[in-house]
Amino acid sequence: MTAYRRPADIAALVEDDRVHRDLYLSDELFALEQQHFFANTWSYLGHASQVPAAGDYLAVEIAGRPLLMVRQGDGGIRVLYNRCAHKGSKLVSDECGSSGKFFRCPYHAWTYRLDGTPLSIPLKSGYEGTRLKDCESGRGMVALRHVAVYRDFVFVKIGDAGPDFESYFGAALRAIDNLVDRSPVGRLRIDGGVLRNIIHCNWKMYLENINDTVHPVSTHESAAQAANALWQGQPAEAPKPMAMEQILPFGESYDFFDRMGARVYPNGHSMLGINFSIHSGYAQMPDYEQALAAAHGVERAAEILQRSPQNSVCFPSLALKGSPQAFRVIRPLAADRTLIEAWSLRVEGAPELLFERSMSYNRLAFSPMSVVAHDDVHLFEGMQQGLRGEGNDWISLHRGFDPAERAAPILDVNGTNEILMRNQFRAWVEFMTMSMPE
Amino acid sequence: MTETTELSLFEFIAHEAQLLDALRLDEWLALFADDGRYWVPLRGALQADDGTHNALADEDRLLLSLRIARLKNPRAHSQHPPSRCQHVLQQPTVVHADAAARRYELRTPFVYVEARADRQLMLTGCCRHRLIDTSDGLRIELKRVDLLNPGAALPAIQLFP
Repeated sequence: MTAYRRPADIAALVEDDRVHRDLYLSDELFALEQQHFFANTWSYLGHASQVPAAGDYLAVEIAGRPLLMVRQGDGGIRVLYNRCAHKGSKLVSDECGSSGKFFRCPYHAWTYRLDGTPLSIPLKSGYEGTRLKDCESGRGMVALRHVAVYRDFVFVKIGDAGPDFESYFGAALRAIDNLVDRSPVGRLRIDGGVLRNIIHCNWKMYLENINDTVHPVSTHESAAQAANALWQGQPAEAPKPMAMEQILPFGESYDFFDRMGARVYPNGHSMLGINFSIHSGYAQMPDYEQALAAAHGVERAAEILQRSPQNSVCFPSLALKGSPQAFRVIRPLAADRTLIEAWSLRVEGAPELLFERSMSYNRLAFSPMSVVAHDDVHLFEGMQQGLRGEGNDWISLHRGFDPAERAAPILDVNGTNEILMRNQFRAWVEFMTMSMPE
Repeated sequence: MTETTELSLFEFIAHEAQLLDALRLDEWLALFADDGRYWVPLRGALQADDGTHNALADEDRLLLSLRIARLKNPRAHSQHPPSRCQHVLQQPTVVHADAAARRYELRTPFVYVEARADRQLMLTGCCRHRLIDTSDGLRIELKRVDLLNPGAALPAIQLFP
């Protein structure tokens, strides 16, 4: 399979207002994404709170590469390839833990400092007069050159091409600020475990849906109707149980989702729900709001709390919810298989209720036993199969298309506009072809 | 009120699983006490019940009713075609009995299979039932499902392990 050797062939898959089905189906494109796209973009790796002490590590695979995020003795964070310099053995096989003061390969006991530099090898004299010191194997574990820790969110860029961290995300980082600033002390902590789902669809299909506001009315009809029927007859002011507070808004109208508004940023990022969202109606907590005002000032505190975007996409791997403090990580496994992780956050200095909301929302919306996501998953998997049919090679992204839209770097639009997806695919072409020879 | 025998407890556990496998979900829900809870902790048997860790499902009667109503809705897209399930239970053991309070706790190792179209999912683990014997019969205060690999990346689980 070598249909996509040239950048022009790849660019031709993404038109102004539609994309070719091969984007979701082609194994060759998936392999090229692993090689190029994920090397040129910044991927979310992990949260600094997962490695609190020196020697703590988190092992994550990104685009097929086994990586280790390691807390250093000086408090910094490094990301190394989880590969022994000798023969390639993975140095750790647990997904997280502590290596103590150094890494020791279980195979031949080569050891490395926390920064990956070589510490010792057995039978050292056997290497005298050899070229070991001068070659890669003598230099220790390989560290990633492009690592950024932004307010404890750790991102990596695998390759040397592609923009630096700030130019890549730019103003889209305000979504992370909104999330972190919900803590009066400016600190979040991953807690409560992760919900992991395997979905048999292309990762871009899942990512698009994070920005899609037209599907809830029809896709989530069964869950919304069941919730409405159960809640029917309650007085409007009756306090809703947390689960009801979180599920009922899935049944909002097209008009609601249109009015919530959206914003697109360069490089594929977006924010859905810039005016309000399905998360805006959660019960208020006066004490917490006062604590936040004391920390940030009344104006900034109000700005943080009033803004509850439905989803902020830090393209291509991270989707954040400011409230309920939670996020999803998208990890492509194959052209037709994607791992989705849903993480909950503890907001330090804030009431326990915020953490309960985070866990509750993830459980209801993103658990393999969700009451909402089963219908999404069924439809994604059905689309992955449906797209194999001939007669129409294209996926329509026409809704709200305006030929002038490419000119504005940051653009505010109505909430049902498919520009959020067009924006993702434009970035996809850019980063996919950036380091590809003509 | 009749005496609660070990046999009646075991029969209750078997009956509960049979209702799920037959998709008689309203009758199943009626087995729960008013404040009954269905809980599938994310760390399985290792998880303490202190609210510090999440769950695959943690539902009271309201949420269970919602789940059941959704499954019955013709627009539950993920139920076209419908899911089926089968519980294979080992003989339960009574781990705790308080005859005075008429409260009992049982542990039942199981294999759970959920099938839909041409895909089949298998889970295994241990169920822990906390039961109370009321004037209306045995009721579930807690059904805790400790899966063997609850933290794994799983496909959709649509019915009730």
